Amino acid sequence: MQLTEEITIKLQTLKPTRLEIQDDSALHAGHKGNGGGGHFTLTIKSQAFDGLSQVSRHRHIYELLAEYIPSKIHALSIHAIASDE
Amino acid sequence: MDTQEKIRSQVTSNPVVLYMKGSPKFPQCGFSGLAIQILQACGVKDLVAIDVLADPAIRDGIKVYANWPTIPQLYINGEFIGGSDIMRSMYEQGELQKLIETAN
Repeated sequence: MQLTEEITIKLQTLKPTRLEIQDDSALHAGHKGNGGGGHFTLTIKSQAFDGLSQVSRHRHIYELLAEYIPSKIHALSIHAIASDE
Repeated sequence: MDTQEKIRSQVTSNPVVLYMKGSPKFPQCGFSGLAIQILQACGVKDLVAIDVLADPAIRDGIKVYANWPTIPQLYINGEFIGGSDIMRSMYEQGELQKLIETAN
């Protein structure tokens, strides 16, 4: 299974109404400090983020993906959007 | 002093602290470079930049300190603000400039 598929499955607990994962790994292959994990940009919209600060939203996502960071996911750019935004 | 105490001391005794990969002049990661550019655009004066690549204990310890698994990490007046995505969105909304102004 592709890592982007695994990430998609992990994030289903947030019941996203929008979920896009872009794999930017090719842009960063072999740069310093990168042990081989991928770079991803995640856009996710969910009611679970309503009323939460950006820091709390990011922490939610990091917790769900903890087993992949930093080995499989080296960097993750996050756009976390509440349902009313 | 253990690492967590050392970090607490760093972020509380300096108004603006950025944990990053590399230095402001030579960032070793695009996200750290972006964080520096944003801070400079905000007119930051007393920036303390800490290179986590130079200190493995800090590199691991900072992730525990903020309960945040990635670098860069920005602290203003001892408070964790976020990583580069949050810095960018706060900058675009004019919020980060205001925070930096109060810290300068």
